[in-house]
Amino acid sequence: MRRFACLVGLLVLLPGLALFAAPVKFSFWHIGTSPADRAYWQGLADQYQKMNPNVTIDVTVLENEAFKSKVTTLMQSGNPPDVFHSWGGGVMAEYAKAGLLRDITREVKSWGKLMAPGVLGVYASNGKQYGVPFDMGAVVFWYNKDILAKAGYRTFPTTWSDLLKLVGKLKGTGIVPIALGGGDKWPSHFYWTYLAVRLGGKAAFDGVLSGKGSFNDASFVKAGQMLLDLSKLGPFQEGFLAATYNDQAALMGNGKAAIELMGQWAPAVEASNAADKKGIGATLAMAPFPSVAGGAGAPSDVLGGGNGYAVGKSAPDAAVDFLKFITNRENNAALAATGEIIPTAIGADAALKDPQMKLVKGVVDKAGYYQLYLDQFFAPAVGGAINDGVQQILAGALTPAQAAASIQTTFEANK
Amino acid sequence: MTDTMTAAGRRTNLRLWRGARKAGFPTLVLLLGPALVLFTVFVVIPVAQAAVYSLYRWNGLGPLSTFRGLQNFAALARDTIFQKALWHNILIVIVSLVIEIPLALGVALIIGRSNFKLAVFFRTFFFMPYVLSEVITGILWQFIYHPQYGLIHSIAALLSPTSPAPVLLGNPRITLWAIMVVIIWKYFGFHMTILIAGLQDIPVELQEAARIDGASSGQVFRHVTLPLLRTTLQISMFFSIIGSFQVFDVVWAMGKGDPVNAAETMVTYLYKFGIQRFQIGYGSSVALTIFVICLAFSILYRKLVMREER
Repeated sequence: MRRFACLVGLLVLLPGLALFAAPVKFSFWHIGTSPADRAYWQGLADQYQKMNPNVTIDVTVLENEAFKSKVTTLMQSGNPPDVFHSWGGGVMAEYAKAGLLRDITREVKSWGKLMAPGVLGVYASNGKQYGVPFDMGAVVFWYNKDILAKAGYRTFPTTWSDLLKLVGKLKGTGIVPIALGGGDKWPSHFYWTYLAVRLGGKAAFDGVLSGKGSFNDASFVKAGQMLLDLSKLGPFQEGFLAATYNDQAALMGNGKAAIELMGQWAPAVEASNAADKKGIGATLAMAPFPSVAGGAGAPSDVLGGGNGYAVGKSAPDAAVDFLKFITNRENNAALAATGEIIPTAIGADAALKDPQMKLVKGVVDKAGYYQLYLDQFFAPAVGGAINDGVQQILAGALTPAQAAASIQTTFEANK
Repeated sequence: MTDTMTAAGRRTNLRLWRGARKAGFPTLVLLLGPALVLFTVFVVIPVAQAAVYSLYRWNGLGPLSTFRGLQNFAALARDTIFQKALWHNILIVIVSLVIEIPLALGVALIIGRSNFKLAVFFRTFFFMPYVLSEVITGILWQFIYHPQYGLIHSIAALLSPTSPAPVLLGNPRITLWAIMVVIIWKYFGFHMTILIAGLQDIPVELQEAARIDGASSGQVFRHVTLPLLRTTLQISMFFSIIGSFQVFDVVWAMGKGDPVNAAETMVTYLYKFGIQRFQIGYGSSVALTIFVICLAFSILYRKLVMREER
């Protein structure tokens, strides 16, 4: 009888043991191509695998544009990676609508109060959570203090008209006033979007989404016109229409350009693209986007976004657990300390050392209205139309009104 | 030939042919089968699928959703950017026929001479660009053309320090021509190699005979060499034209057909507006259009140009 009981006990335990030690494998795709980033994310993966010996993580690293292409192909073949980089918003929502993402609402709720609900909301769709951000910052102006001081500017202009005056002063000094990666298109759309945010505020974008307004509204057309007026001053580098974002960062990092409009990762990318791999260090400062006279938007409104990870539909539980690990306060703070991100985990911002990054966090926290980058906020077709439209304005191929109309057409065709 | 064959010979032929028919069917299946299967699976079926998808509006995720009939094709015909892309493809075809092939022929004539000393070296040298991957070529030439750090900028700065940097890929009016330079650079070696092989097939005695009869070099070329090169030239032109309709890699690697679609080709258009924008139905209609154009060209070319003489 006892022997029988022992046998039964063993038989009950064995499957349990097998489950406990069952080998699990999942894929982890990120876009940190700089050596520091690679090491950071690989380090986290190694750490997690050490803590959970039955887990194997397959790490894939891709550059931003290459990643977008690759993920698109994978999505269309129905085989998403398990944990992969995402910017949230409408693009992620498309994947969710097609059933390609795993609903992690329950799991995230069980993690407790990890980060502010607004921040998590960027990675949710229709009330369901599909991913978690590790970085949520703002697009701001980054400028070279020395170059501006030589032009007589102690601080960055606070109004748009003042900015145009600054550009005028910088022209002809042998320095590129504004570095722009017009070939990649998304850096250019920051200008158009911010001007629209300043001119029309939240109401303008709500109008487009509800159908009561459209991209043909005055705020969007005027934004295009103001951008065109800026470009007529010749502020960008030669050949900017074919330049990549890395070209833009290199110009800044090598001290050859005065200003760029870019997200919170700008200092790190400038450094990695600079000839000396260090960039301009403390000479770099940030400033919020200037106000626009007569604009309905508030000067504290922010265009921004972040970086995070989404979870694919066939991801195992271990993958979701890994996601919790990489976005917990400790690891988020460690990444914040490198000065590359604006951390999302509550309490992790204490680790922000760089005073400029602290200022960016301040800009994010003060924002009454936070708009995600439009090429991620909207569906891919509309994002593409916006990027193309802005390039056409800058190249003089379409008028601001024509570009706005073509964006509206694509938006309506994709509703 | 047939009139010289005897009646017995003809009977043997017929018997052999019938015999092959009887005993050969399994052999036929065995030899043709795998190729036919691969062709069906990787060419015929995808084309058929694309034909089906092109009738829908579909984002590529999930099941086929909205049937749109021929609306995708109508939208395609109306789209000014696609018309631009088609025109660019035609320009590339023209440049290939007018510049690339004559260039290849010229170089082949010089190198293909049997007494040319460094023939092997030059053949390899001119063929090397063809061996480079298209993406590497694109990255290499982007660097050469770079307005701040590029080779052309450095040379221009040396020659004329005060004028501004030449903007090639960033200038919508110039970028297509800058890319065509790269296409010619990359592919003329391939055509040169084909033409050298064709030249070597021409018996030297014919050219010598013409010279003895008093023909100049030009006349030898026009009346002896060129006619005998006819088939080789036809093949070269065929590859060139089909390749020009389908060019993608080099253009994509050198700016994705932008700025403002200045270097757009039909295939870059397909990738951008079909795949990147998650409009698979529309992209399929573009793909089908390219397929029909290439197929129609192939059939017409064979019928009209590559017909047998006599």
